[in-house]
Amino acid sequence: MDTKKSTSVSTRASEAPALSESSAGLLRELVAHLRQNRTQLREEWARRITRAELLTAMTEEEIFAEATAVYDNYVEALETGTFEALQAYSRRLSERIIPRGVETDEVVGIVLLLRDVLARSLFNKYQDNVEKLNRILDSYEPAANRIANTVAVGFVEERERIIRQQQEAIRELSTPVLQVRERLLILPIIGVIDPQRARQLTEQLLRAIRANRAKVVVIDVTGVAAMDSGVANHLVQTVEASRLLGATVIVTGLSPEIAQTLVTIGVDLSEMATVGDLQGGIEEAERLLADRAPPSTQIRELPPETNR
Amino acid sequence: MEVPILRQGQFLIASIQSALTDADLSHLREALIAQVGRSRCRGVIVDVTALDVMDSFAVRTLRDIAHMARLRGAETVIVGIQPDVAFAMVQLGLTLKGVATVLDLEEGLAFLNRRTEERSFDTKPRKPSGRG
Repeated sequence: MDTKKSTSVSTRASEAPALSESSAGLLRELVAHLRQNRTQLREEWARRITRAELLTAMTEEEIFAEATAVYDNYVEALETGTFEALQAYSRRLSERIIPRGVETDEVVGIVLLLRDVLARSLFNKYQDNVEKLNRILDSYEPAANRIANTVAVGFVEERERIIRQQQEAIRELSTPVLQVRERLLILPIIGVIDPQRARQLTEQLLRAIRANRAKVVVIDVTGVAAMDSGVANHLVQTVEASRLLGATVIVTGLSPEIAQTLVTIGVDLSEMATVGDLQGGIEEAERLLADRAPPSTQIRELPPETNR
Repeated sequence: MEVPILRQGQFLIASIQSALTDADLSHLREALIAQVGRSRCRGVIVDVTALDVMDSFAVRTLRDIAHMARLRGAETVIVGIQPDVAFAMVQLGLTLKGVATVLDLEEGLAFLNRRTEERSFDTKPRKPSGRG
């Protein structure tokens, strides 16, 4: 939409002689025009927004208030040629309107509408002087495009930032490391484990082992529907790494499907202590803790063939 | 750089303070094994808390120390492996198999105390409170 419009305009503009020396003056004239007709133009704009059924999540007063602010920032950006204020404003605007369900196409739509409204008022003003209109449009179009771009990009960036933040929050929430009693941690894993999550999970667990001085960790995978060889190997690595920090890991709740998969794909789970369900895992863990000897000594016993 | 080897009761404690070259590591191994026999100690603790990186040579040397010390009559325990180091090690397949590892020095001392008690139980009549 945007590109089509600017192409048609620039074709027309290219027919006019390039008068760069006076473009600053033309821009000034343009800004003066926009300031003069501020009330009328932004009312027109707000009307067009309502008519196009954009920003339906907002009331008419809110639309008008935002329209005023956008209009003023827009004119200011045209005048000064600096976009920082507009960028900051579009970020704040996005923060306000994203939680209310405003979509990207609506934001792009309203900015393009403003562009349209302003261009029409310029056509009206200079309809008797086509050559001057062309020169005015030469200065107006690039700036207007950039402004539309800035607002739209600001909106999309804000959305992406929120998405990233939420992803992070979901990840944090989904891997809690819980201390059941002194030296005993539980890590319930629920949902799909992708490599990134698996890595984060391991990091969190290793830090928690250190922070809580844990001796035994029960990893419960009842909530995991499927496991591929990558994740299974990662689990084995996590068990090994935990042992290096002096903690024994007990894995519980491997579903029949996962058990079949793991055996079929041939993941070496001989080093891993597994118990059927979480209850059994905790009982086993308490037994290991009650046994004053460090639980992992049993599996630490040196097999004769590895002795040098 | 020289690694200080301290004697604490029946145990030797080697506390690595900074990154070591391969030569330093070999030297540490020789010094520890020699001292195990000289001081007739029952346990060795190697503290690697200060190490941010553990390469294959370092891991192999630690494993060698553990196995050699066992042949000379002492249990070895590695203490203070950092979480990041631990994960990097298993990813490289350096898992220190057959070597005891615990969280920190305190745990290491407790571990060795238990192990030496257990070992003396093996030759003496078992106490009622002893492990079954």
